[in-house]
Amino acid sequence: MNVVTPFEGIGASVKRKEDLRFLSGRGQYTDDINRPGQTYAAILRSPHAHARIVSIDTAAASAMPGVVAIFTGADMPDLGGIPCGWQIHNKDGTPMAEPMHPVLAVGKARFVGDAVAAVIAETRAQARDAAEAIEVEYEVLPAAATMEAALAPGAPLVHDGVAGNVCYDWHIGDRAVNEAAFAKAAKVVEFELVNNRLVPNAMEPRAAIGDFDRTTDEYTLYTTSQNPHVIRLLMGAFVLHIPEHKLRVVAPDVGGGFGSKIFHYAEEAIVTWAAGKLGRPVKWTAERTESFMTDAHGRDHVTKARLAMDADGKFLALHVQTLANMGAYLSTFATSVPTYLYATLLAGVYTTPTVYAEVKAVFTNTVPVDAYRGAGRPEATFLLERLVDVAAAETGMDRIEIRRRNFIPNDAFPYQTPVALQYDSGDYTATLEQALKTADWAGFEARRAEAKARGRLRGIGISTYIEACGIAPSAVVGSLGARAGLYEVGTIRVHPTGSVTVLTGTHSHGQGHETTLAQLVTDRLGVPLAQVDVVHGDTAKIPFGMGTYGSRSLAVGGSAMVKAMDKIVAKARRIAAHLMEASVEDVEFDRGTFRVAGTDKTKSWGEIALTAYVPHNYPIEELEPGLDETAFYDPKNFTYPGGCHICEVEIEPETGITTVVNFTAVDDVGRVINPMIVEGQVQGGVAQGIGQALLEACVYDNEGQLVSASFMDYQMPRANDLPPVSVATHTTLCTHNPLGVKGCGEVGAIGSPPAVINAVVDALKDYGVRHIEMPATAAKIWGIINASRPAMAAE
Amino acid sequence: MPQVTLTVNGKTSTVEVEGRTLLVELLREKLRLTGTHVGCDTSQCGACVVHVDGESVKACTILALQANGSQVTTIEGLAKPDGTLHPMQEAFREYHALQCGFCTPGMVMSAIDLVKKHPDGLSEKEIREGLEGNLCRCTGYHNIVKAIAAAQEVMHGRAQALAPAAE
Repeated sequence: MNVVTPFEGIGASVKRKEDLRFLSGRGQYTDDINRPGQTYAAILRSPHAHARIVSIDTAAASAMPGVVAIFTGADMPDLGGIPCGWQIHNKDGTPMAEPMHPVLAVGKARFVGDAVAAVIAETRAQARDAAEAIEVEYEVLPAAATMEAALAPGAPLVHDGVAGNVCYDWHIGDRAVNEAAFAKAAKVVEFELVNNRLVPNAMEPRAAIGDFDRTTDEYTLYTTSQNPHVIRLLMGAFVLHIPEHKLRVVAPDVGGGFGSKIFHYAEEAIVTWAAGKLGRPVKWTAERTESFMTDAHGRDHVTKARLAMDADGKFLALHVQTLANMGAYLSTFATSVPTYLYATLLAGVYTTPTVYAEVKAVFTNTVPVDAYRGAGRPEATFLLERLVDVAAAETGMDRIEIRRRNFIPNDAFPYQTPVALQYDSGDYTATLEQALKTADWAGFEARRAEAKARGRLRGIGISTYIEACGIAPSAVVGSLGARAGLYEVGTIRVHPTGSVTVLTGTHSHGQGHETTLAQLVTDRLGVPLAQVDVVHGDTAKIPFGMGTYGSRSLAVGGSAMVKAMDKIVAKARRIAAHLMEASVEDVEFDRGTFRVAGTDKTKSWGEIALTAYVPHNYPIEELEPGLDETAFYDPKNFTYPGGCHICEVEIEPETGITTVVNFTAVDDVGRVINPMIVEGQVQGGVAQGIGQALLEACVYDNEGQLVSASFMDYQMPRANDLPPVSVATHTTLCTHNPLGVKGCGEVGAIGSPPAVINAVVDALKDYGVRHIEMPATAAKIWGIINASRPAMAAE
Repeated sequence: MPQVTLTVNGKTSTVEVEGRTLLVELLREKLRLTGTHVGCDTSQCGACVVHVDGESVKACTILALQANGSQVTTIEGLAKPDGTLHPMQEAFREYHALQCGFCTPGMVMSAIDLVKKHPDGLSEKEIREGLEGNLCRCTGYHNIVKAIAAAQEVMHGRAQALAPAAE
């Protein structure tokens, strides 16, 4: 065994173990996998947002070269619907509307892209050709393309049984207390805003391969998933009725997810079911246009809010009314996003004593909407941090001072908010001060003046945010309607020569878990990083797991590993005690070495590992051989990352083009395991936040056609759209998990959008702009500037 | 079916293709070189960039038949036979310029061509402009830009070894 390697443990920016295969073209993404005898699926999709399917004629298509089979919804009478994983209750206690989501459309198509038929053929091209030859007669129905249209009197019903297109009408907080607080307010600020609909657009399009072994009755699904065990549970138990021991789900290398690959999608069920029917593997890979039309979209909230303040600018009460778009069907976690992941965050970092929020979820004839990086928390943060800026402007208070005055103070933790959550730790003043200094907030007016001399409008914006990660505990979320536990599983498998394989139920699709999780083992057990491998993404290898979303992997998955390592160390100490003829209590363990306290008697990690598997001299009566432990960890609370983002923009008045010139993020993500990876996560999250704020618009027309269904129409941030991003961390430890970690995957996308828009509004302050909706495109800003030119000239 | 003969990463192959087969389909499905990825259907994302006769090309944008007689280099052909990485590959690792790895092959191939075409060196702004044809959803490009800036010094012989990333 090598010497202890402290520079690879917790806190070291070690280079990633996974990089070599990705840089050499040796990654194995789903579409890179080919099974013997494989066929290809193409999905025929509805071109209409809302239409009755009168007839489907597959005769001509079936006769085309290479076609193996064509299936429609009528061929799947025994299959269950695609389930929703979280049941929300209405204000009156009744459960939400939960209409059937068939794998292939039955009777009606409900959005452009809804799957109507599946063609299986010998080649990809033959499958696509045949799909085009299927003749579907549609009776086109009026569409409810927007929430406004869906809620209008007499609106077309997306689901015949769901009156008014309302999925649920939910609330949180004490209404009477809230109203009483408003009655005492010195000032009430009213505000309306939209959180724009986004398309996640992981660079790898979704793909799935179904395989079936007739000799064992075993199904295998290879899929682009963030949580293969969840897919096995949802698809096996609810849709295809395949028991877990006959269904293996593999999520190999996955090219980004950002939430969109959490959910169980129809195509996974189609290829798995068809593979069983045909006795041949079936592969489906989305084209990018299909991704736009079928990957669950994100955000899409319309909100009215009122903030009550006293004469000193202290927040007294917040009342929020939000409409949340669900799309045409309930995606896996769609219902939890605008409720328990959004409204529970509406206290933010402030001491607002009462918050009352009402959320109405609405069906529309659009792609289902679900979690996208941040999921509810960006919507809450955008609302709060815009509202605070508006409140400052309308009371004449400084933007920083109003925040400072309302911060939850450091001595108030654990802090119980009026909307259910209890924050365990944080230091909002420290992250604020550090960000102000790094961004040189004090020197901004000089930069504004300098920009003005160049004919540019310069603005600065701030956001001080909190979010909640590692959703938990299982018993609490269960009582709130979650239909799954939210623990995580880790196995530490010590091999006879001392190297370690980690099996984790989390999944890495860019986060670098193969490195970060290995660092935990190196730090605790003293095994060099090169001798630790992390295995994830295969239900046949990993005992169980809930996967990766909500920045949970380290806080929940890492904690499970710590628990498993505790068991390993406890057993290894007993073996060491036996070998050194000492009592267990006297054996100390420190990163690879067992020592009898106060003596020079030691045993190395490798000696203990070998003894565990070659138990010749071994306490066999009291201890089993082997060194392989599994732990399930159920968190006691959420974790609460927070921090401060500052954005500085320049606007070219002639064109309305906004350039982000500086971006500063100071985040508290708890203990940092690999600073290099944390920085990368924040930079990536900020890029998506800037994209939401300035560029990305998912647009439907009134007929429900998705107008922005390609990279030519939907503006993804490119290298030249983004600034260098300054990232720093300020740590307060999470108090309730063994690593003190909070999570870093989403902070960038949560904290940044309001900082950007606050900066844009600041840059336009001479134009009387109170708010500008996202994305603040050049056309929108040019319109504002142009419309107020005469007024400016007249002054 | 028509035949196409081309040399990929030094190995010459003759393959039957349909007239409509794209170069990227030939690479991925006929030659099983799956390091070259497909991220879109409108030639916007750049995940499929390879070198055809030394020039970076989006392999989803040319037909396999158009590559007849060409020398093609893919991400699999960049490292030396002994496994030594190309300086651009090494820089991407050193500067944490990749996360999920899906855009990475195209990004690396584009970056090499970009650097080769600018022997006098590229500024940060020029690198950002030069990456216009490549999308990355994970990194925010920050570290990709730094990696390319460092790699160009090695590629043009101005530095013996890659400058290490700051801790």
